[in-house]
Amino acid sequence: MSSYPFKRTCKEVSALLIAREDRDLPVADRMALRLHMAMCKACPRFERQVLTMRNAMKQWRQYANDAGDER
Amino acid sequence: MPIPDAVPFDQQVASHRDYLLRFARLQLRNETWAEDAVSETLLAALSKPLSFANRSQLKTWLVGILKHKIIDALRHHGREVCVGSGSEDEQADPLEFIAFKADGHFGESPAEWGNPEQDLSSRQFLEILEACASKLPASQGRLFLMREWLELSSEEICKELDLTATNLYVQLHRARLRLRECLEMNWFSHPRPT
Repeated sequence: MSSYPFKRTCKEVSALLIAREDRDLPVADRMALRLHMAMCKACPRFERQVLTMRNAMKQWRQYANDAGDER
Repeated sequence: MPIPDAVPFDQQVASHRDYLLRFARLQLRNETWAEDAVSETLLAALSKPLSFANRSQLKTWLVGILKHKIIDALRHHGREVCVGSGSEDEQADPLEFIAFKADGHFGESPAEWGNPEQDLSSRQFLEILEACASKLPASQGRLFLMREWLELSSEEICKELDLTATNLYVQLHRARLRLRECLEMNWFSHPRPT
């Protein structure tokens, strides 16, 4: 680990991508995330899933708050 | 559907009770708390009648009041809100839903979900999303909806419930992964209804 301070596995990166929804990541994690995403094919897909969920919750919030069953 | 002005205000307000109850239940996950929050909302609304151009505006106003009543309830029940049942299911690490190899790589690459705006705002999708949220273990569901429906920051939630940040993050993390799993199984891996 010490020779690669920014090295993270896909499993660790997935955990960071989820955590990012609820808290600011420390700068070392942000850096590690960026480096990993540039080299990995699978994690960007996972990130898109997380972003889709973020977008979905936004749609749901709108629906729940006012549109609801009036549409 | 607009209701004619002739309908008395208290009837207009009362007609939204079921709708309010649905969200109170989803957020509070406790029948008594939910009923109480909705009753208090209706009473508060009736004590200061306003006129609204249409049914939808009245509803938005009521939902706003409900959210305040719900935050009061969550604060009031404090500890009970975020203490899990300790069931095995709740303790499970949902990252295990995703098959990772021993070296930490994905066993199978995550699916391409696509992100068409229209799809996500469809009624069918939103109902599945809500069903998935309602299936979260109670404490995880409450905390998740405090973030996503009440739109509180993590700091605010910790403060309201006197909860440590670590505890909150663990529960939100589990909730989000469960939701991901539920959506994948019930929507994204299925042929879309047209």
